[in-house]
Amino acid sequence: MVLIATVLAASPPVIFAVLGETIAEKAGVINLSLDGLLLLTAMVGFAAARATDNLLAGCAAAMAVGALAGLVVAVASLSLSQNQVATGFVLTILCQNLAYVLGGPLSHVPGPQVAHTPVPVLGHWPILGPILFDHDVLVYASILGVAAAWWYMFATRPGLALRGLGERPASAFARGIDVTRLRYAYTLIGGAIVGLGGAAFSLLVKPGWSRPYGIEGTGWIVLAIVIFGNWNPLRGAAGAYLFVLLQTLATTLQSWMPNVPTLVFPTLPFPLMILTLLLVTLGNSEWIQRALGRLPAGTRRGILHVVHVLQTSPPASLGVPFEPE
Amino acid sequence: MSTVAAARSWKALPGVGLIASLVLTAALGAGVLALLGASPLEAYRLIAAGAFGTPQRFTYVLTAWTPLLLCTAGLFLTFAAGLWNIGIEGQVVLGAVFTTGVLRALEHGSPAGAVLLLAACAGILGGALWGAAAGALRVFGNVHEIFGGLGLNFIAGSLTVYLVLGPWARPGIASTSGTLPFGATLWLPVVHAGPLAIPGEVLLGLLALGLVRGAMRGTQFGLRLAAIGKSPRAAFRRGVPIAREMLAACALCGGLAGLAGFVLVTSASSRHQLFPLISGGDGFLAILVALLANRVAFASLLISFFFAAISTGSLQLPLQMQLDSSLSGVIEGMLVLLVLFGQGLGTRLAPRGR
Repeated sequence: MVLIATVLAASPPVIFAVLGETIAEKAGVINLSLDGLLLLTAMVGFAAARATDNLLAGCAAAMAVGALAGLVVAVASLSLSQNQVATGFVLTILCQNLAYVLGGPLSHVPGPQVAHTPVPVLGHWPILGPILFDHDVLVYASILGVAAAWWYMFATRPGLALRGLGERPASAFARGIDVTRLRYAYTLIGGAIVGLGGAAFSLLVKPGWSRPYGIEGTGWIVLAIVIFGNWNPLRGAAGAYLFVLLQTLATTLQSWMPNVPTLVFPTLPFPLMILTLLLVTLGNSEWIQRALGRLPAGTRRGILHVVHVLQTSPPASLGVPFEPE
Repeated sequence: MSTVAAARSWKALPGVGLIASLVLTAALGAGVLALLGASPLEAYRLIAAGAFGTPQRFTYVLTAWTPLLLCTAGLFLTFAAGLWNIGIEGQVVLGAVFTTGVLRALEHGSPAGAVLLLAACAGILGGALWGAAAGALRVFGNVHEIFGGLGLNFIAGSLTVYLVLGPWARPGIASTSGTLPFGATLWLPVVHAGPLAIPGEVLLGLLALGLVRGAMRGTQFGLRLAAIGKSPRAAFRRGVPIAREMLAACALCGGLAGLAGFVLVTSASSRHQLFPLISGGDGFLAILVALLANRVAFASLLISFFFAAISTGSLQLPLQMQLDSSLSGVIEGMLVLLVLFGQGLGTRLAPRGR
């Protein structure tokens, strides 16, 4: 029970980052700058909140920087037809270093922090109350955000158009949709939501700023979670919660095994990331298909079912520029 | 008319775009410094002095240059095949780990030259194994090399920490500062030219770049890699063994990165030990170099030297101006980003159908 509450409390940054990236990639644009961007927006969010003594201003500043990074990726790839991976990679290095340089004076200084706000009435429910309704605003917002993103993508008309952007931009264009402009919009929105994730780090989960900040690498994990999540907000959120659960467990394990160097546990998620990706992508590979072909029919159907459930496939036009003829 | 002319000159003279990007980078970097209340001119002067102020600092620049050269040479192979070898950082680390292992085992009682040679081979092997692992994940497991490589980077990092604190800890104290430094017999030679001391490993870097350039231009292997990079489907139809060549590119790139790891442990100006974060971003920086050089070996030579100078010079910033040395990363990243934008702009503005 306590564990679930702990995981929920630590999840907003990862959830927001996964949602933001999922939205951008759903529209067909990879924003690879996530790892650096989370650092930069965490630093900016903290700096702005501290300067104005206003948490909303901190979140807004972080979201603005996130949107700006989205704009850079969008301009480079959509208008100037540069490789999205190249732009994103350079941007992640730039953002990370920028965060360290600009954040220098902010290292280890106290600052504002998001307050704890239990939901009245609901918070007093037995069992569910303390788990779900005894948190900070950002936790509630992240849960609602997952639901909202799923509903938008799979139950509304504009959401249908969003999926079309990433799957078949040519037919979206034929239906009169301005593909490039919408991709711009979603890349910016996605970047802003990632920025909110960064702010959720420095204003809630890991208050303050330092170098190294300790979340280095998380952005890459988030990109992997988006793949694991099959570009679906619900499955992505499940992956995010799993990752945070793992981190929480690692911290617990560490206190149980004082002999193992403390720097080893934080790396545990990375081999697991590889294994997970292997699990969800292996089904696509030729030699697995061939190996499965040799199995007896009954076993094969069982395995194929598992493979099919696990398997994920990206939006067909992810990362592919669109040129209306 | 004027934009077309500008675009044409941009295309005709790649230097115009580069100079514009350099100027813009310096201006934006000055903006960042001004935001911190620091004098941009003073900071830039410090960086320049930190790189070229004394003969010794110039030696440090050359020392920082070699790993970049080696990594960039390797990346030419993977980039040619259309692979994003972001795992190069971990490949450097594994090279350093394997090198340290051999040096520790043979440190006493064996001829130093033979030990160094063996250590270099071990470094290459370590990097190649790590590179091949990322390649195998991509080729056989469909795991994109960006994620496979990154995961392997972090695993390499924690392996180093484990070794430095555990089995290879200094007698008495186990701290993350590193393993027991190796003696001067196991340092790479230095060539003295007047007041300058030129680290011998520079030759290795230049040689590697030359060899890779030759392989890319004049061998079947190079042509096949280029074919895969252009269109894997078309290459496959023409009978190019894609899986094998991709694996080979990853392993070779890893091998060169591993050699960079060897140099990081054995260079005369290094710390002569294994320590966490030993690669210090050399692999990532080499990716920026390769992106900027756009497959031109000679360009990569100049760019990597320039980056090595900025990175070395920036180390003076925290000492004398209380600024973070990451300013070098800001400048380097900004420059590459602006050049990418410039290239896009040039293509976009250029008259079509020519």
